[in-house]
Amino acid sequence: MLQIKEVSKKYASHLALDHVSFEIPKGCIFGLLGPNGAGKTSLIRIITQITGADTGEILFKGEKLQPDHIRYMGYLPEERGLYKKMKVGEQLLYLAQLKGLSKAEATSRIKKWIDKLDLRSWLDKTIEDLSKGMQQKVQFIATVVHEPELIILDEPFSGFDPVNANIIKDEILELREKGSTIIFSTHRMESVEELCDNIALINRSKKVLDGPVKTIRDSYKTNTFMVEGKGKLLLASPDFKVLEQNEHHGFFHATVQILDNQSPNVLLRYMLERVEIHAFREKIPSINDIFIQTVTEKIYA
Amino acid sequence: MHKIWLIVQREYLTRVRKKSFIIMTLVGPLLMAALMVVPIWLTTISDDSETIEVLDESGLFAGKFQNEGDLKFKPVSGSVEAAKKRVMETENTALLYIPKINLDKPEGIKLFSQENTSLTTQIGLEKMLKREIEEQKFARSGVDKKVLDQIKTDISISTVNMADGDEKSSNAAVTSAAGYIGAILIYMFIFIYGVQIMRGVIEEKTNRIVEVVISSVKPFQLMMGKILGIAAVGLTQFLLWIMLSTAIVSVVSSQFKVDRFSDEKIEETLKTTSDAGQAKEMHDIFSAINNLNVPLLLGCFLFYFLGGYLLYGALFGAVGSAVDNETDTQQFLFPITIPLIMSFIVAQTVIIKNPDGPVAFWMSVIPFTSPISMMLRLPFGVPTWQLLLSMAMLILGFIFTVWLAGRIYRVGILMYGKKVNYRELSKWLFYKG
Repeated sequence: MLQIKEVSKKYASHLALDHVSFEIPKGCIFGLLGPNGAGKTSLIRIITQITGADTGEILFKGEKLQPDHIRYMGYLPEERGLYKKMKVGEQLLYLAQLKGLSKAEATSRIKKWIDKLDLRSWLDKTIEDLSKGMQQKVQFIATVVHEPELIILDEPFSGFDPVNANIIKDEILELREKGSTIIFSTHRMESVEELCDNIALINRSKKVLDGPVKTIRDSYKTNTFMVEGKGKLLLASPDFKVLEQNEHHGFFHATVQILDNQSPNVLLRYMLERVEIHAFREKIPSINDIFIQTVTEKIYA
Repeated sequence: MHKIWLIVQREYLTRVRKKSFIIMTLVGPLLMAALMVVPIWLTTISDDSETIEVLDESGLFAGKFQNEGDLKFKPVSGSVEAAKKRVMETENTALLYIPKINLDKPEGIKLFSQENTSLTTQIGLEKMLKREIEEQKFARSGVDKKVLDQIKTDISISTVNMADGDEKSSNAAVTSAAGYIGAILIYMFIFIYGVQIMRGVIEEKTNRIVEVVISSVKPFQLMMGKILGIAAVGLTQFLLWIMLSTAIVSVVSSQFKVDRFSDEKIEETLKTTSDAGQAKEMHDIFSAINNLNVPLLLGCFLFYFLGGYLLYGALFGAVGSAVDNETDTQQFLFPITIPLIMSFIVAQTVIIKNPDGPVAFWMSVIPFTSPISMMLRLPFGVPTWQLLLSMAMLILGFIFTVWLAGRIYRVGILMYGKKVNYRELSKWLFYKG
């Protein structure tokens, strides 16, 4: 869907993007991750053609990015904004028409979305009369109303209560089912694992890692397992290493690393003879762990 | 183009539907009329009448001071000191003291007043004394007052412009007034609507809507759409004002039968009344108005109106994009308003006095001052080549400012929380897309 090739961008004295390349496959939810100021917004602004890249190029569906592509994109900026004095209906119509929809088409699509997100009674109110959550919904509609093939959401859940956040989450998943590709920029990791198929992590203007979420997590596996049971875990094998153990009223909770690429079954078999096992689970690092690990690693490296 | 059109529509409709617009459009002509009528009306409602005591030691003016309008006179006698004290105790305004004077050298006349004397009172008194002394001098040298009145003559020259081969009666007052009105309108329009552009840009910036819109249209389109939309708002307002004003004027003039000043009537009045001079002057004014090249004036007015607005509007837009709120605009607005205000001030003095001089020429060619200066010169007749040069320069000028503003705008609207200075702005001009 989108290929980013060696993109660099420099502002006055500050290098915002340093030879960033990755690819966003069609029909996936793609997490663009990074701490504040890493260059996420700069990259998004280049994709949406608000600014241009200094070097490098971006291919949209195999073609070099050009102004005409804008109508196939929908962008929800982190800093939300609407005309405060304009009515909800007029505002949506205006923004949809700016995206190139005809008036009739825009009207019918807005109607559909308004019903879906339960905003019908607010259609003739001005934006300033709406609650913040309502405004966010209107803004979300404005982003997707022209059924873009590529939807870019910058921190889409900020400002939503959990109920509305779930509604939006379902909408995002539904949009993917319909074939849209979604770029999802955030620094909140809990939503990433839930939604994203692929991610790219940007830190200090550089891409640090990218790929499918599962592959990345697997590659960060350290062969560590969580064990819970009754008794006291005493391991005296060179194949295993207890990293951490807590005991409480005759129960234990431990983290064990398996060395030398042994199978977890070996550990299990070893323990079966010694303690009563209640739980046994592989500890796969969360994206959050990977994120923090990568980001701090780079700073102190 | 389609997108600019959408933006123009939005800018236009949201503004025209505002209550403040509707109210201003209706009230505007009334305010303008009030602006003209109220000062006149104020002068007609008189202040309290003033009473002036006259102590005439010379005896030359006995019974000569007639009450005139608000001025009343009351002869007194006695010493100056006693009279002064007495005045302070009464409500009378002042004491006019005339000592024994020599007619050839009337000195020592004094006005003792309770408060500051108004200039009108002073001038009025001086005039009266002068007239009286002159008359006494005429009497002394044996000149009859009646003879003198016959000698007095009123002259008023009718000017005729032969420039284009056919004779037209012209009137300097009318021509300068026509240009002046045009210039004032352009000046007001640029200021009022230029500031609206700036506010609009700041509003979009602080609302953060700009990033949403910019992901659909080019910054330049957004800027031009806004400038054109607001221009349309301004034109609508002016058209409505003109229509409403003409309606008011036609109602008023039907009350005052203007045909009093037509040629036949003048002939009549010339024969019958002594007020003919005044009537003739009115006639001149009306014929001068008729002889102004109205289509040319209106056409040029529209051109300079829009040209000047576009030129300055783009700059106002750029200023709006460079700041975060209106209080920061001062330092950038200053250099924009200077040429406007300057052309207006210089225009009133130099250009009206010498509409074909070098100052007038240069100011009407330089695009930043030409809209106002050229409007002032036009009614006096401007060579075609100068007009064309000025127009071409104005077009080049606004293409330049729009380009300049576009460069600043596209960087500025996405820049938050940063106080910008001129060096920064000049850097923006050369940023890559």
